[in-house]
Amino acid sequence: MTRPGAARGGPRLHIDWTRCEGRGLCVELLPEVLDSDPWGYPIARPDPGRAAGDPSVPAALSEYLDAAIEACPRVALSRRHGG
Amino acid sequence: MIAAQYAAAVWAAARGFGVMALVLLSATVALGLVARSGRSLPGLPRFALARVHGSAALVAAGLVAVHVLTILIDPYAQVRLVDAVVPFAAGYRPFWVGLGTLAFDLVGLIVLTSLARRRIGPRGWRAAHLTAYALWPLALAHGVGSGSDAGAHWMWFVDAASALMVAAGGAVLLGARRPPSPPRPGRSPSRPLSTHAPTTARTEAVR
Amino acid sequence: MTTTAPLPRSTARPRPNPGRPFTPVSPSGRLLAAAAPGLAEHLRRNGPPPSPSADLPDLVEAAGLTGRGGAAFPTWRKLASVGARPIVIANGAEGEPASGKDAWLLRSAPHLVLDGLGLVAGSVGASRAYAYAPPGPGAARLRAALAERGREPVPVEVVEAVDGFLAGEASAVAARVAGLPARPRDKAVRLSEAGVRGRPTLVHNVETLAHVAQIARYGPGWFRRVGTPDEPGTFLATLSGAVARPGVREAAFGTTLAGLAAMAGGLTGPVAAFLVGGYHGRWVPADAGAGLGLTPGPRPSGLAVGAGVVIALPASSCGLGASAAILRYLAEQSAGACGPCRLGLPALADAFAELAGRGNPRAAVSAARLAGLVAGRGACHNPDGAARLARSALEVFADDVALHQTGRCQARSGRPASRGSAQR
Repeated sequence: MTRPGAARGGPRLHIDWTRCEGRGLCVELLPEVLDSDPWGYPIARPDPGRAAGDPSVPAALSEYLDAAIEACPRVALSRRHGG
Repeated sequence: MIAAQYAAAVWAAARGFGVMALVLLSATVALGLVARSGRSLPGLPRFALARVHGSAALVAAGLVAVHVLTILIDPYAQVRLVDAVVPFAAGYRPFWVGLGTLAFDLVGLIVLTSLARRRIGPRGWRAAHLTAYALWPLALAHGVGSGSDAGAHWMWFVDAASALMVAAGGAVLLGARRPPSPPRPGRSPSRPLSTHAPTTARTEAVR
Repeated sequence: MTTTAPLPRSTARPRPNPGRPFTPVSPSGRLLAAAAPGLAEHLRRNGPPPSPSADLPDLVEAAGLTGRGGAAFPTWRKLASVGARPIVIANGAEGEPASGKDAWLLRSAPHLVLDGLGLVAGSVGASRAYAYAPPGPGAARLRAALAERGREPVPVEVVEAVDGFLAGEASAVAARVAGLPARPRDKAVRLSEAGVRGRPTLVHNVETLAHVAQIARYGPGWFRRVGTPDEPGTFLATLSGAVARPGVREAAFGTTLAGLAAMAGGLTGPVAAFLVGGYHGRWVPADAGAGLGLTPGPRPSGLAVGAGVVIALPASSCGLGASAAILRYLAEQSAGACGPCRLGLPALADAFAELAGRGNPRAAVSAARLAGLVAGRGACHNPDGAARLARSALEVFADDVALHQTGRCQARSGRPASRGSAQR
């Protein structure tokens, strides 16, 4: 499932890999943006329009982005601006 | 209000809130153990489980706070304001009441660090949160040792149910498959292509 | 998030005279000729270092210098965007086993490096400078050179590097200099904003600093006299494998692999492929070696040489076996800080171990999938580099993937690898 069109210059989800332990709360809250890799770590769904980097989050899901950032037990998530 | 009725009402409230606090605290710890296991519950994905755990913790903390407050205003309890935070100095059963004081201190530590988790960072937060493993036995022991209803059958039932909840959570945690622990940092001396990287340089021209 | 205002940039760039064709001049006599271990000889060959000035970024931009630690980032941009009162670190850790250029520089030309370090530190207003070097001869030579120079305007402290492939990773270097464990850090906070103890931090490869010193001495025009208009200057390469005289060489950008091999005494026999850019680089089939010019970073019509590591794999060696060994090493060298690297690289190494052995159709698919899974998902570039190596091996040694399943191998038959031609 590829990601619905995300606005360029919109919010991006940054994962601090040194903190992430693959607990998966973010994948539950942002299934449109994230999937789980074979070891439980979040992986960005393919987005053909985007180069490698922090996955962009559609503006409509912004509150779920905030919820994921708050929910992460490892404080591994943050919101970045990009485009 | 007649002094004796007032005292009796306050004493009843203190006991009641204490019992409720223990039950909610036990539920909170059970939920926390399930959350730590990385599993979800039927109908409760991980993020929802985490939120329920947090909400239960706040309710439990509120109940504990009221319990402490009613104890403080209880004219017969011999517990001063300072005994609410400094353990083992109360006039009545100082050791067992002190365990409760310790537990109350830890409740404060855990709640405050959780609210400030983004500022403190995961390591500091986790260190504070691990004290929950001490908090719950302290609370249970405090009730058994200094609770006015400690001998009653229904209180044993409440204690047993609380312990059962925590044990169930612990079973989930112990039974869950944990992710592999990190290997020690690699110090492999092998050089795969067995290519020697000599450090002598020769002046060479290239066309 | 605050941004630091960049220094005012000059837009003038030297352009070659369109009337005169651009001919490469023999580059011998740059770092190699300027190198001298002792201070007296160094001053005789090069003169005193120029004074630091605020327009050093302009000079470096005009020269077109890019970083020599592997990433090939434009050096002037790093200089121009660092915060106030920064810390500057000369990175000589060189964790790559097949690289020897930094060790050579520290041993044979420490004063060039220290000139560059002092220039950069003075120009960006640094409060402190560090030289990060492997324990043993490298660090000892630096300390001796510093003693020869007397008091530096910006004090330089030598810090001994940790062991291992990821020793030179910039954020790990900054952590080690700060006295913490050498663990790569999340890049959300850039080193140029906060690195060592929260201070803006510049990390430069020692070869980059040596080039900065010479650019400041002789000017951007001199630097651009060799190389190509888009990729000017020289670089240090470490050649090993099936070459007659392995070692460190200096070459101009635009030199081909064939030219580089000639500088190392030529090939000792038929070569299956070249590994260009070290263990995080790419395999290049031997027949492509003649055509493409070497460039610092990826270019459409060039070959990125990274930190200059080139390994010639003899035709008698199996490319899949070599790749499997490299991937196993990269997996073992993982800092273990990030899940996808800690868990994904061993799986990738396992898949390649299968391919290097008997192989099976699923192993190649699995390897490609794992490479795609780990790339870009970590605090440092170990997973990206491993994925790059794995993908290029699957492409260049595609014939072996099929041959192994029938118990054959190009290595035994002596046939060189070619890109993707299916010989079933």
